Amino acid sequence: MLNIVEIEHLTVQYPDVKALDDVSFTVNKGDFLGIIGPNGAGKSTLFASMLGLNTKYKGKIKFFGQDIRKSKDYLKEIGYVPQKPIFEKNFPATVNDVVQMGLRQESDANKIDEILQQLWIHELSKRRIGELSGGQQQRVFIAKALVNNPKLLILDEPITGIDQQSIELFYSILRELNSKQKITIIWSSHDLDAVNQHANHVACLNRKLFFHGESDEFFENDELVKQYSEASMQEHMHHH
Amino acid sequence: MQRALISGVAIAILCSVIGLFLVLRRYALFGDAIAHSSFGGIALGLMAGVYPLWTAYGVSLVSALVITKVKEKYNISGDASVAVLLSSGIAIGLVIIGISGGFTIDIFSFLFGSILLVSVNDTILILSLTGVILIVVLLLYRQLLYSTFNEEQAKVSGIPVEKINYLIVFMAGVTVVTSIQLVGVLLISALFVIPNVTAIMYGKGFKQTAILSISFSIFSVVAGILVSYIFDITPAGTIVLLSISLLAGTMGIKSAGLLSKN
Repeated sequence: MLNIVEIEHLTVQYPDVKALDDVSFTVNKGDFLGIIGPNGAGKSTLFASMLGLNTKYKGKIKFFGQDIRKSKDYLKEIGYVPQKPIFEKNFPATVNDVVQMGLRQESDANKIDEILQQLWIHELSKRRIGELSGGQQQRVFIAKALVNNPKLLILDEPITGIDQQSIELFYSILRELNSKQKITIIWSSHDLDAVNQHANHVACLNRKLFFHGESDEFFENDELVKQYSEASMQEHMHHH
Repeated sequence: MQRALISGVAIAILCSVIGLFLVLRRYALFGDAIAHSSFGGIALGLMAGVYPLWTAYGVSLVSALVITKVKEKYNISGDASVAVLLSSGIAIGLVIIGISGGFTIDIFSFLFGSILLVSVNDTILILSLTGVILIVVLLLYRQLLYSTFNEEQAKVSGIPVEKINYLIVFMAGVTVVTSIQLVGVLLISALFVIPNVTAIMYGKGFKQTAILSISFSIFSVVAGILVSYIFDITPAGTIVLLSISLLAGTMGIKSAGLLSKN
């Protein structure tokens, strides 16, 4: 079994709060890992550290067996879909332009058509990104993340502000990518039910890692789910 | 006249292309700020008896890079840093002019441009700088576009965003000083901003928007030089007014509903 990601004793200390506290887990090839946790649980900090956007951490992060402090090459093997992509609404970029930005080798231009078709956004290719609905934009950003044939797809709470129909389509696309194309997926969410339905592994994060393992192991253990829900609820109350 | 037209077209292309990146980065007035700081450089050159554009290149590039660094380090907003750069340049220029007892005639041509007076050497310089910058933009097209669209995502995809930011500022500095001969220090941001704002309204993709912007810019510059020559009026003002009329026309077409949203 090949380790795609190894996180060892990851701790991130912000001036007023410890965002992550001694978090360790591994992600293997073919995993569809759902990272769950309430707001402020450190999911975004975890991703920022994994993606090299936050370098002020203690511990070790390895991708494909290599420490990310030593080489940024791993980024070439990753597709990343941000929570809510921020861009100027009038930005003169079509769907095609946006996906092309992700493309490392211009010679693979056919790949763009292929990926747009796969994600049902082919007919939108000449429309400006700012004119599309939230669900359509999200599929464009997934297309951009997939255009280099990544080994790993990382998605940060990607269903914020998207209609129900698009959410269903989104999950079916992820399942297909994972099962048919064998792309390893790490996906953060605060929707426990969705993670139960779609992911095969779960990591419960609340600054500390509360649980990591196969999703059945977690969801079939009522005591664990209850403990987790109470802990995150307390945290939630504490925050407000 | 021929030289004026050739140089004018080169500058029009250059300003549109660099200006598009600046406008999309909400850095529209950066060109203006560099231009004003180059005023200090010009005054310095005139005082020292050096060809003023050389000192202008030096001063604007240094101030462009310094202000980018300061903006990063002290977290000053884009518009405030532009304001600081803008006023420092003019202040330095004024003090130098004061010290040296004034040299009004030369300064006037730098403030408002003197495209009809470009020499063969100026033309060669303008053409080569335009060529070099356009080649750099074409080679780094994806990196420039991606880091303009979204810095964070560009970083995650492995693009050296900080270096690209400095490159854009550097190219903007060179472009501004190169363009001073066409429209002068005071009207330079018009060439950076107006054709691009006009082109963006047409709702097209990035390359088509750039081509539209370049076309508007070339039209304004060529027509502006010819009209000003025929009627013996200032080229800089005419060029800018023509490009504003294209903008106004586009706004008119758009409000009349003649521009489709796509």
